[in-house]
This record gives sequence, structure tokens and C-alpha cells, in this order.
Amino acid sequence: MKEVFSAESGGMPQLNPEFWISQIFWLTLTFGTLYIILSKLILPKISANLELRKSQIQENIEAAEKQREDSESKLKEYDQIILKTKSEAKNIFKDARDKALKDINSKKEVLESQIDLEIKKAEKEIELLRKGAPEKINKIAIETSSEIVKKLVGVDVNNSSLSAIVEDLSKKDSGKYYGS
Amino acid sequence: MASNPMTQFEVYRIGPEIKIGNFDISFTNASLFMVVSSLAILIIFNLGSKKNSMIPNKIQLLSELSYSFVSKMISDTAGSKAKPYFAFIFSLFMFVLFCNMFGMIPYTFTVTSHIIVTFMLASFIFIGVTIIGFIKHGFGYLKLFVPSGVPIVLLPLIVVIEIISYLSRPVSLSVRLFANMMAGHTMMKVFGGFVISLGIVGGLLPLSFSVALTGLEILVAFLQAYVFAILTCIYLNDALNLHH
Repeated sequence: MKEVFSAESGGMPQLNPEFWISQIFWLTLTFGTLYIILSKLILPKISANLELRKSQIQENIEAAEKQREDSESKLKEYDQIILKTKSEAKNIFKDARDKALKDINSKKEVLESQIDLEIKKAEKEIELLRKGAPEKINKIAIETSSEIVKKLVGVDVNNSSLSAIVEDLSKKDSGKYYGS
Repeated sequence: MASNPMTQFEVYRIGPEIKIGNFDISFTNASLFMVVSSLAILIIFNLGSKKNSMIPNKIQLLSELSYSFVSKMISDTAGSKAKPYFAFIFSLFMFVLFCNMFGMIPYTFTVTSHIIVTFMLASFIFIGVTIIGFIKHGFGYLKLFVPSGVPIVLLPLIVVIEIISYLSRPVSLSVRLFANMMAGHTMMKVFGGFVISLGIVGGLLPLSFSVALTGLEILVAFLQAYVFAILTCIYLNDALNLHH
């Protein structure tokens, strides 16, 4: 029987039942051992490793997402703060400007009223001087003419007659010098 | 003669003969490569799950990628109800993949090129899926054989066809893997033999073909492991989510 299946005689060694039992036995033994060790010891570890990595990656992604949201909200906060300070600065500037304008206006008013006062005073003085001027001129004219007469003629002239002459003259020429 | 392409599939005893009752369970070269494949899987995935760093190193990345690959495959084909069977399908996929890949190393033995091994795996899956189906749906699981929307006249024929196709699942599942492995390895051996017999000049063509075939066989080794696992998922899907 052995010769029929052996390779030398052209048969297939696979169909030789001599070692079938042995092959079945060793297959069961090795494959069974392999299955038990793989399923009880090794595969759970690999599965745990994969799960751990997966969850860790997921965690990292979540953490990154959270940080991104945080930074976004911070950015918004900063934007708001900047906006607020900008408007505040605007207000302060406006207030200061208004105040300065007010100051300037009030000072201007005071100065203007003072200037008006001064101008009025000066005008009054000028008016006074203008009114008093002809009399003074007359007086000076009388005195000088009496002096001149005294020196030229050597005679004391009556003041009242001189003043009459001067007055007469000034009346005649008053429109010529003063325009009044 | 060593150039016989079937010699590589021969099973021989390593060490003493071990017997339990009438059964011979001696340690053979097939057993050796089952142990080697399982140990390789355990070592790689143990190293890959030992340290849990946020940024995985190469071996951790490898094991985590395999984990998500199988996990996605199951959830795509069988939905979320298949989660309790994840460890089984993961072990199955890795076991078949490593056995196939170890078979690609010269002078090694390909465990999955033996029909008895693949048939045992397939029958275990078949029986397990059937039991799960009956536990989940009771006798309602038999509705699997009665597709909806079929005319009454055709129904007896369809039911017979469905039952035959259901019962042939373990056969197709096991023969697919076994035949692919055996055919590929036989072909590589045949072309390797041509290189020797044709000499330095004439052997260049079969040598280049052999190199190309090695690449193809590595692809087939991965693909068949994937197909084996995904068909298991599809059968499991039938048992968990009765759609008919």
C-alpha cells in the first residue's frame, strides 16, 4: 500500500493515509495552541493598543479644538476692549476740545469787553482834549501875543483887549482848523 | 530520484515513533513546519504587542496593520455580529499564510499542500458554521436552502442544488487551497529540474521562468490565505445574518 502512494511510483504522497492521523493530531495541537494564545494573550493587547491610540488622538483633537475656541473668544474680548477704549478716547478728546473752546470763548469775551472799555475811555479823553483845545490855544495865543507886544512895543497891553482880538480871530478861522 | 516533483510532498517521521492506541502520531516534517509557523506567528505578534508606544515601531506597525486588515475584512463581509469569531479567523488567516510562506523557502515542507490538513480546517469551519447557524436561527436556518422569489415549480430543484452546494463547501474550500499549493510547488520543481537537465546555456530560459514563478507563487500564497479567510467570513455571514 505504501508503494502505491509514494512519489517514486508516480503517486501522490498526499493520498497516503500513513501519517493522516499524525497530521490531524499535530494540526489540532498547533492550531489550537496558536488560537488560544492569540485570542487570550496577544490580540487583546493589540486591540487595547489600537483603542488607546485612537482615544488619545481623539482627545488631542478635542483639546486642540477647545484651545482654538478659547483663543477665538479671547480674540473677541480683545477686539471689544479695543473698540471700547477707542470710543472712550474719542469721548475724552471731544470733552477736552469742548472745554478748550469754551475757555477760549470766555477769555475772548472778557478781553473784548476790556478792549471796548479801553477804546471808550480813549475816545472820551480824545473828545475831552478836543473840546478843551481851542480855549487853551486862545489862552496861549493871548499870553504869547501880550509877550510879543510887550517886547516889541515895550508897553503892557491890557489882557482883556487882547483876548477880545484873539477871540474874534479864532471865531473867524475856527472852521479852518477844527472843522467843527 | 530527487528530481521527481512529488518527492517534496512526502511526509516522513522525525524522531521516534509515537503511538496512542492504534494511532500513529509521530512527529513528522509536516508537524515540524506547523510548529515553526505557529511559533513564528506567536513571536512576531508577541513582539508587536509587547510595547505600546504612541508611534509604533516596525514590528508593532506590522502586527497592528494585520489586525486592522483582518478586522476590516471580517466587518466588511460578515458585519459586526462576527466580532466574537475575530480571533479564530485571524489565527486561521495567519496560520495558512505562514504555512504557505514557509513553503516558499527551498527545502522546506508546505503544510497546506496536503489535502488532509486543508480538509480538516475546512470541515472544522463547515461544522462550526453549521452549528452557529442552528444555534442562532434554530430550524429557521434551513431557510438558507430556500431562496426567496423562486417559482414554485423550480423550488424542489433549487433546494437540491442549494443543499449540494452547501455540502460541497468544505470540499471546495479545502481542495482550492491544497490544489493551488500543490500545483505551484510541483511546477516550480519541474522548472527547477529543467534548469539542471538543460545545462548552463539551455537552462537560462527555465531559470528565468522559475524566478518569475517564485514571485507568482508568493502572490498565490498570500492570495490563497486571503481567499480561505474571506470564504470563512462569507460562510459565517450566512450563518449569522440569514438573508434568504
